Amino acid sequence: MDENELRAAVIATLKAIAPEVAEGDLRADRPLRSQVDLDSMDWLNFLIGLHERLQVDIPEADYARLVTLGDVLDYLARKLA
Amino acid sequence: MIEFKLPSLGADMDEGKLLEWKIRPGDRVSKGQVVAVVDTSKAAVDVEIWSEGTVFELLVESGETIPVGTPMATLLEAGETPQNARHSPHTAAAPQASVAAAASSTPEPAAGVGRRRISPAARKRAEELGVDIETVDGSGPDGAVTLADVEQAAGASRAAAPQAAIDRQAEMRRAIAAAMSRSKREIPHYYLAEPVPMRRATAWLAQANAGRPIAARLLMAVVQLKAVALALKTFPEMNGFFRDGAFQPAAAAHVGVAISLRQGGLVAPAIHDVGEKSLEQLMTELADLVKRARAGTLRSSELADPTITVTNLGEQGVATVYGVIYPPQVALVGFGRIIDQPWVEDGALGVMPIVTTSLAADHRVSDGHRGARFLAELRELLQQPEKL
Amino acid sequence: MKMTYREAVRQAMHEALVADPRVFLMGEDVGKYGGSYACSLGFLEEFGPERIRDTPLSELGFVGAGIGAALGGLRPIVEVMTVNFSLLALDQIVNTAATLRHMSGGQFSVPLVVRMATGAGRQLAAQHSHSLENWYAHIPGIKVLAPATVADARGMLAPALADPDPVIIFEHAQLYNLEGEPAEDGHCDIATAALHREGADVSLVTYGGSLPKTLAAAGQLAAEGIAAEVIDLRVLRPLDMATIFHSVRKTHKAVVVDEGWKSGSLAAEVLARLAEECFYELDAPPARVCSAEVPIPYARHLEEAALPQPARIVAAVRRMLGK
Repeated sequence: MDENELRAAVIATLKAIAPEVAEGDLRADRPLRSQVDLDSMDWLNFLIGLHERLQVDIPEADYARLVTLGDVLDYLARKLA
Repeated sequence: MIEFKLPSLGADMDEGKLLEWKIRPGDRVSKGQVVAVVDTSKAAVDVEIWSEGTVFELLVESGETIPVGTPMATLLEAGETPQNARHSPHTAAAPQASVAAAASSTPEPAAGVGRRRISPAARKRAEELGVDIETVDGSGPDGAVTLADVEQAAGASRAAAPQAAIDRQAEMRRAIAAAMSRSKREIPHYYLAEPVPMRRATAWLAQANAGRPIAARLLMAVVQLKAVALALKTFPEMNGFFRDGAFQPAAAAHVGVAISLRQGGLVAPAIHDVGEKSLEQLMTELADLVKRARAGTLRSSELADPTITVTNLGEQGVATVYGVIYPPQVALVGFGRIIDQPWVEDGALGVMPIVTTSLAADHRVSDGHRGARFLAELRELLQQPEKL
Repeated sequence: MKMTYREAVRQAMHEALVADPRVFLMGEDVGKYGGSYACSLGFLEEFGPERIRDTPLSELGFVGAGIGAALGGLRPIVEVMTVNFSLLALDQIVNTAATLRHMSGGQFSVPLVVRMATGAGRQLAAQHSHSLENWYAHIPGIKVLAPATVADARGMLAPALADPDPVIIFEHAQLYNLEGEPAEDGHCDIATAALHREGADVSLVTYGGSLPKTLAAAGQLAAEGIAAEVIDLRVLRPLDMATIFHSVRKTHKAVVVDEGWKSGSLAAEVLARLAEECFYELDAPPARVCSAEVPIPYARHLEEAALPQPARIVAAVRRMLGK
C-alpha cells in the first residue's frame, strides 16, 4: 500500500464517520479531531474502522500520538511497513 | 377494545407524522413490539406498543400528521371479537358515517380509515423503480399515492434529500427551542459544580482497555454514566419527572444521553436501567444508540422515558458545562473535559487529571444541599471505578 | 359534404332500399308521415307501400312480423318509434330474434335490423326519455350499435343489414339535428370503438347522445391544462374493450359517461372489465357520470340536472385528478 492508497483509506474511514468532511479542507498538520469535530465515540469508531480496514492494531496507549492527520498517516505507515 | 394512541416522545413533541405501519389488521402484537414509524421533528422513531392484543383497525394512514394522543389503532383484547368488543367512540361512529355516505348521491369513501391509498398503478411502478412506496407522499384525492407521486419520488429522491435535511434541521431547531424555552420558563434551575480527580478512573480504564481488542474498548463516558446511575440510588430526587405540580420519582435510572448530531441539533435518548448493567453492556448500548440517533432510527421508549439526562462535552469540549434540564425531568448532570491540573493531595502539590462534574437541578424538587451531596457521591463513586 | 344526422340516417336507408330489393322499412308512421323523426320523408312515394309499410300501434306484432320476414329471406328495417315502446317488443327481440340461431342449431338466422330513437333531453317526461341500451347490450345473440356521429349514422346501416344476425341501432333523439361529415365512401365498421380525441391524462369513455357532451367537457378540460382522451364505444355489444384498455394503459384513469342509470349500467360493465383486466394500470378509482337515479323529470331544469352534462364530467375528472 503506497502513501496515496493509505491516505485514501484513512479518508474513506473518516467519511464513514463524518460524511460531511471535504478532503480538501483537511489540514494534515492541524489536530484532526477538532477539525472534524470527532467526539470520543466518533474517534473510537474511526480507529475501529482503521483497524478493520487495514488490519492494524492500535493500542489505547498510542492514542495520544494520533493528533493530526499527518500523525495518523505516519503511524499507520510505520505499522504497515 | 384497546386504543393505541400516539405517545409523546418528549416534551418538545406536539404532533407526529406516521411514516409507516409495521402491523396490519389481524396481527397479534405484544408488549414492546415496534408497531409504527413516526416522524417527530427530531427523527424517524420506531414506536413501540405496550399492550397485547390483535390489531383490529388502523385509524391513521401513512403520511398523516396527528397530534399526540390521537388514537392510531384499535386492538382486540384476548377473547374479544369485532362483534362483542366494547366499541370505542371512534368505531361506534363508523356506521353513522356510512349511513350518511349511502344517502349522499356521490358517496366519498371515508378518509383516514383502512389501508393507505396507493393506486394499483403507483404500486406497480414503485416496484419497477425500486421505490419504497411507504415513503412516498400522496398528492391524489384523499392523499392517495399516484403514479406521478412515485415517479416524482424516484426522480427527486436524490435532489430532495438536501432540502429534507434542511427542513429537518429547522424542525429540530424549533423543537429544541420549544423544549428549552419551556425549561427555562418553568424550571427554577440551580447549578453546582465539583472538580473530581480522575487518576484512578483513567488508570483503571487504560488497564481495562489494554487487554481488549479495539472494538471492545470502553469509553470514559460509560464509566461516568454508570456512576451517575448508582449515585441516583441514594438521591432519588434527581431522578424522575415534575408533572402536575408534583415530583414523581422514577423507579429505575433511564439515563438520557445527549447526542449531538453531525448536521446540527441534538437528541437525548435513554439507555434503560443503567444502574443494573455492566460497563460492557452499557458500552454496546451506547455505541448502538449513537449510531441509531445519527441514522434517525430511535425507538419511542428511548425518547419518551429518560428520567435524567447526562451531557458529556468530552475530550474535545470545555472544562465545565451547566446544562438546561429537559422537561419534565428534574436534573441534568454534566461532564467537562478531563484536564491535568495542579492538585493538592496529602499536603503536596502535584498534577492530577480533573473532570468538572456539574449538576443542574430543579429547585422545586431538590435543594442545593442535596445536590451537593449528590455530586460528592458521584465523586466518590468515580474513585472506585473497579466497583462500577 | 356536410349533412345532418337525420339526413345521414335517411341516405343510408335510401341507399339500402335502392341497392337491395329484399330491403324494406316497416314501423309506425314511417310511410305517410315520413317517420316520427322524418328519416323516411318521401320514401313512400319513391318505393311504394309494399316496401314502406305503416304499421298498427303494436310493437309486439310488427317486430314479430319483421322477424318472420327476415327468416323468410327478406332484409327488414323495423323502426320502433322509441326505445320506450320497444319494451312491448322485448319478447320478440330477446326471446325470438336473439335465440333462433341457437335454438335451431344454426339452421335459421334472423338478419333483422331494428332502429329506434333513444334518450332524454327533449322534455318528453319519464315515459318517453329512457336510455335502455344496456338492456339490449345484455343479450347474447344480438348486436347493439349506437351511432353517435353523422358518419356512423350514415355508415352503420349497410353492415348491419349485411350481418346475418339481429342488429339493434340506437339513434339518440338529441342527435338528429347534429351536423357532420359522413365518411367519403359512406361506410364504416360495426366492430370497433373510436378514438375521437387524444389525451394523456384521463380516458373519457362514452357513447350515443353523451358523446357531444363528453367532447365539450374535454374541450373545457383542455383549457385547464388537462388532456382528456375521448372514446366512443359505437358498438355496445360486443364491447371493443381492446381500444379502451389501450387508452387506459396510457392515461391510467377512466371516467365513463353514460346516460343510463348508474345501477347495472353499461358504464358499470366497462368499469368491471377495467377492474378485471386493467387493475394494475389504474392510478385512481375509475368513475362514472350517469343519470340521476330518478324517473327522468319533465321540467327542463330538473331534466338537465338529472342527465350527464359537461360540467359534471369536468367535475368528475377534476376530482379524480385531485384538482
